[in-house]
Amino acid sequence: MAGQLAAVIGTGQTDHTAKRLDVSMAGLCREAIDRALADANVDWPDIDAVVVGKAPDMFEGVMMPELFLADALGAVGKPLLRVHTAGSVGGSTANVAASLVQGGVHRRVLAVAFEKQSESNAMWALSIPTPFTMPVHAGAGGYFAPHVRSYIRRAGAPEHIGAMVAAKDRRNGALNPHAHLKQPDITVESVRASKMLWDPIRYDETCPSSDGACAVVIADEKSAGPGAAWITATAMRTEPTTFAGRDQVNPQAGRDAAAALWKQAGIDDPLTEVDAAEIYVPFSWFEPMWLENLGFTGTGDGWKLTEAGETEIGGLLPVNPSGGVLSSNPIGASGMIRFAEAAMQVMGRAGAHQVADARVALGHAYGGGSQYFAMWVVSADKPS
Amino acid sequence: MTSLSAPLNVEFDYTRSLGPVLGRFMTGLRDRRIEGVRGDDGRVHVPPVEYDPVTARKLTEWVEVAAAGTVRSWTWVSEPDDGQPLTRPFAWALIQLDGADTSILHAVDVPSSDDIHTGMRVRVRWATDPVGSIHDIACFEPGEAVETQAGQGEAVTMVTTPVRLAYTHTASAEETRYLNGLQEGRLLGQRCPACQKVYIPPRGACPTDGVPTVDEVELPDHGTVTTFCIVNVPFLGQRIAPPYVAAYVLLDGADIAFQHLILGCDASSVRMGMRVKAVWRPRAEWQQSLANIDHFEPSGEADAPFETYSQHL
Repeated sequence: MAGQLAAVIGTGQTDHTAKRLDVSMAGLCREAIDRALADANVDWPDIDAVVVGKAPDMFEGVMMPELFLADALGAVGKPLLRVHTAGSVGGSTANVAASLVQGGVHRRVLAVAFEKQSESNAMWALSIPTPFTMPVHAGAGGYFAPHVRSYIRRAGAPEHIGAMVAAKDRRNGALNPHAHLKQPDITVESVRASKMLWDPIRYDETCPSSDGACAVVIADEKSAGPGAAWITATAMRTEPTTFAGRDQVNPQAGRDAAAALWKQAGIDDPLTEVDAAEIYVPFSWFEPMWLENLGFTGTGDGWKLTEAGETEIGGLLPVNPSGGVLSSNPIGASGMIRFAEAAMQVMGRAGAHQVADARVALGHAYGGGSQYFAMWVVSADKPS
Repeated sequence: MTSLSAPLNVEFDYTRSLGPVLGRFMTGLRDRRIEGVRGDDGRVHVPPVEYDPVTARKLTEWVEVAAAGTVRSWTWVSEPDDGQPLTRPFAWALIQLDGADTSILHAVDVPSSDDIHTGMRVRVRWATDPVGSIHDIACFEPGEAVETQAGQGEAVTMVTTPVRLAYTHTASAEETRYLNGLQEGRLLGQRCPACQKVYIPPRGACPTDGVPTVDEVELPDHGTVTTFCIVNVPFLGQRIAPPYVAAYVLLDGADIAFQHLILGCDASSVRMGMRVKAVWRPRAEWQQSLANIDHFEPSGEADAPFETYSQHL
């Protein structure tokens, strides 16, 4: 582990929902921040710097959120950075905040990420027709559906795997007070009966459109007390959206980031050494795809772990015990929610969706056309 | 050769849920009342801020201020833009309302820049039909406050803020050659001198090797569907009525697929590996666009073996 030790000492989330019409963007962020500060048992004077993450500007039509939110984020008189890596931004924001502590620059850094999808229309924002091209684009679902089809063909995966993931994540969401969708009674059959949106992706295999925010407080060794989530590894990698020979199903950037992450964390066999994983799964099939990309299984075998029920709470590797992106998707915040939920698991603060004896957890996010990857490993045990 | 360009207009009516502080401020404006909020240091902020700029604490103490104040600074706008408060030349000014400790930015309606000065007294000119928006203050004008009839109604909780961006989208030199080729019914790609991969549309530089691509390669108008989805979702701004098949088509001889439509068969019969050929629009309609190919349809050939396109997924 390079640099100083850093740990998550508090997390906070809004109760994610379709439309938070009662609060401004500032108010939405503050709800998560105030909860994170309380969870960390710190106050504004304790915070040395603020890092804010936000997905593409077109989503809310706010070009410089870091400028108009400075007061609300408590950043006046302090360094304020804005991070943007599309849908993975919540994860990379947490990693940037961690690096400010690991680098010895600051003792306590507040990271916050948000999205107020109700103020705009993400499907529209992701489908702007560029001159001279065929206007066949159809939002994120339209972008990812062909690559999901490629995965199914390449891996020879049975058709019901996607529905299994969706049913599991929605049931997990019902255990999480912050989740947007709570569907305790959902079944594989009901998912498979839902409307086909972007064939092969069905309605119930698709993330919701949410308003929400997430915040974490990251502290140095001196400020982190017992019960902190120690950050044992962080990794980020990027690749272009398109190039000849690009593997859209199992992108090189994700494989490289994962390899670097496990090495940094001293993890040889992720499947047995990681106790819980919060993986960015906005469409159900990305669970088996990312299980392979992250190296939890060999190529083509991710779906077998899902099918065996090993990604359920109580399985070999519980994936998205919080309900994941399939249960709540405030886009800019979704990556940080993964990172915060991983921390909550090893801090023992995950409530009804707590994985028993979770000591090591993964937070993962991806963004753009599977071109930005951000991940971290957190541990209940302080690195020696 | 001149690069092609085309307008790209992006517009959306964003909504803003105002929250308790700005909501109350906008409700006040609709009722012809201006309210500020007191900060932890005692200063009265107008417009109000949700969180104290020094302590970051949530602010809740309201103070009504006058509809008149003093110009603290200003600048002259000799050529107003669309959407600004006045269509004739005017001043943007920072105005400290009586009872406030901060200044509000708004327009002052005076005939010329000789008619405004720092320290000048100005008053609100209310809009005729207030709706709960900063535009309920039409502008400021010289003078002292006058009595106004206060209105009242439902609390204002939301404003709509239309955003319009007018871009000129310019194609690269290489893309322009490709688009000019399309106007003649030709499909022109380029080959990377290092990795030998053929790109269509051409990029000008290979994304993998970073070297300029100059060798032009003319490609046939038939190829293989590598993968696809069937779009069943209607959405704002959609150009093609769903359901439709959006497919990655890998032209024979190309090393990268582009997205296009598949028609001429049931959507349910489209397959990975299906061989397809272009259906061109009538020649009289050809433009500098890939839309000259109306769609691709099955060519009737046997499906391509998986190994022939598996590295393009």
